[in-house]
Amino acid sequence: MAYLDHAATTPMLDEALEAYVATAREVGNASSLHASGRRARRRVEESRERVAAALGARPSEVIFTGGGTESDNLAVKGIFWARRAGDARRTRVVSSAVEHHAVLDAVDWLTGHEGAEVGWLAADAAGRLGPDQLRAELAAHADRVALVTAMWANNEVGTVQPVVELAAVAAEHGVPFHTDAIQAVGQVPVDFAASGVAALTVTGHKLGGPTGVGALLLARDVPATPLLHGGGQERDVRSGTLDTAGIVAFAVAVEAAVKGQQEYAARVAALRDDLVERVRRAVPEVIFNGDPTDRLPGNAHFSFPGCEGDALLLLLDAQGIACSTGSACSAGVAQPSHVLLAMGADDDRARSSLRFSLGHTSTPADVDALIAALPAAVDRARRAAALRTPR
Amino acid sequence: MRVLAAMSGGVDSAVAAARAVEAGHDVTGVHLALARNPQTYRTGARGCCTLEDSRDARRAADVIGIPFYVWDMADRFHEDVVDDFVAEYAAGRTPNPCLRCNEKIKFAAVLDRAVALGFDAVVTGHHARLGPDGLLRRSVDEAKDQSYVLAVLTRQQLDRSVFPLGDSTKAQVRDEAARRGLAVADKPDSHDICFIADGDTRGFLAGRLGETPGDVVDATTGAVVGSHTGAYAYTVGQRRGLHLDRPAPDGRPRYVLSITPKTNTVTVGPAEALEVSRVRAQRPVWTGGPRPDAPVECEVQLRAHGDVVPATVELTADGLRAELRRPVRGVAAGQAIVAYRPDPAGDVVLGSATITG
Repeated sequence: MAYLDHAATTPMLDEALEAYVATAREVGNASSLHASGRRARRRVEESRERVAAALGARPSEVIFTGGGTESDNLAVKGIFWARRAGDARRTRVVSSAVEHHAVLDAVDWLTGHEGAEVGWLAADAAGRLGPDQLRAELAAHADRVALVTAMWANNEVGTVQPVVELAAVAAEHGVPFHTDAIQAVGQVPVDFAASGVAALTVTGHKLGGPTGVGALLLARDVPATPLLHGGGQERDVRSGTLDTAGIVAFAVAVEAAVKGQQEYAARVAALRDDLVERVRRAVPEVIFNGDPTDRLPGNAHFSFPGCEGDALLLLLDAQGIACSTGSACSAGVAQPSHVLLAMGADDDRARSSLRFSLGHTSTPADVDALIAALPAAVDRARRAAALRTPR
Repeated sequence: MRVLAAMSGGVDSAVAAARAVEAGHDVTGVHLALARNPQTYRTGARGCCTLEDSRDARRAADVIGIPFYVWDMADRFHEDVVDDFVAEYAAGRTPNPCLRCNEKIKFAAVLDRAVALGFDAVVTGHHARLGPDGLLRRSVDEAKDQSYVLAVLTRQQLDRSVFPLGDSTKAQVRDEAARRGLAVADKPDSHDICFIADGDTRGFLAGRLGETPGDVVDATTGAVVGSHTGAYAYTVGQRRGLHLDRPAPDGRPRYVLSITPKTNTVTVGPAEALEVSRVRAQRPVWTGGPRPDAPVECEVQLRAHGDVVPATVELTADGLRAELRRPVRGVAAGQAIVAYRPDPAGDVVLGSATITG
């Protein structure tokens, strides 16, 4: 079994798992006033401080959520609503075509239900966004823009965006800048304060923590209207009983991932470079997608001309190799990657793509297993795809 | 063998996949996404193409313990089955979309892709027998027998097909599903046409072909006895829903005898005028033995779940000809004629062809 899908989810770190189990054994609602409640609250606040310290934020800027999708929705919708409430002209959202669906669909929802308009930033062939585009967009529309949202690193093709430059452009115009940093934390250096962003999404299960817990780092001066109403936990921006065990494990994982980032990135990038080189040798026609240098250390993304990604996935899966075609619709049908389409790829190339993502448990044996299985799989997938042409 | 189990989300295909595993095959489950817009298809119980069906299929695969994927066949399905369905009606014929789906999708597009990907065969939950002799036979459950809609398969297609349910009744299949812990054990059978959400074929066709008023003409008198909004919406043998202005002179019910798309005319007449003793058909397939060069005494079935009549069938240069021993009513162009050889071990499909007249 070669698990090459760490960007989908990565195994929990032992220390995070142990922290989770130990905390989950304790009773206590962090909002309760008695000793058990105080103990739970203390665990949450210690965790908040650890997350803040690891990511260059102040503890009061850490809002714990139920994960990346919630954090993205809270940032996009919450900041939009709050900014529009402050100034009715602010109905424009600036985003990019390569965002994750948690951002894209939240933006789409705002256009469909709240009359929002969108300024789309285009990506280049490597999936990179340019600060000049954002400069032009804001020069034209800054007084109507509620927020800018652009990811730190792309989940599919691994391209790392010039977030600091983009955030600086937004700051010049006084527009809050949100970044989905789900794929970035633990992979590349991420510092909330130094980056100049106003809001940042991070989630647990991509960096060795549990699924279903994450955070939105939100600068104190950035208003956000809640998505969830209730007990008013988390700065009155996010209600719901705090998941003490999850938060503790999340904090342990964030701390470990950030602390080990440099060493991790060097080791995993070397493994990834080996994978890329050997895939290219095994399948010379392969197209390597994404930015060749500014990319996540564990990400290798390819198009296999003449193949369908879902056929390749099936064949590799049968050989015990786990990888990803990108997104699937609700019925489970593999969809052509909107990221590759936004990078100018045609439908066939978008459908012919696979992502191999390495992580903290990856070994050279995983790469060996992939290289052993890949040529035969490509050969078969190509024969299957040839059947698609006219009968 | 490495086999691909087509899993609709229903009880039959789930049990078929489970039996294939038990028979020692290396089984992979695949659900075919056939709807371009799943919401427009029949939900859960009645169809095979909705999100709920996809989930049911996935859960069945989990329980059986096999890998599971969804294959997008929506474009092929629309071209080869839905568009064909509409075009056939427009031409005054009565198509069988399930048969077309078997011919063009399950045992063609899916089978071809499976073979290219290294599978040896496709397993389905059809109620029909296909033994080591390679002959396709009726299911032991005559009421559920689906050999009629499989008779269109060629030798090459049959050689790569596995039908594990042919020796079981539907009741046995349901019992077995329950025993195996498959939640679809009591899911109702699918009926009707999966891509017509409300079961209103006439409305579906009207949406595709528009409404063109025309005459309903009495075959005996030549008189116009009613009107319609599109001849394509009628089927030979149909009695209900004709909305005739005047009764027949003899007061007996009238039936659709023929449809003439060219003049948009529906011709009606008495039941006996429907009787047919000679059938012509095209695109024959013969899998029950070597292609015969002399007339064959056999039985024929002229529509799904239709009566079986003794006949003499002959393959000709351009198709197939059948002389029926007794006249049959309501033979519609576009349906299949399937020839069977009676056999105590299950009537054997000899061949089939598409009725032209």
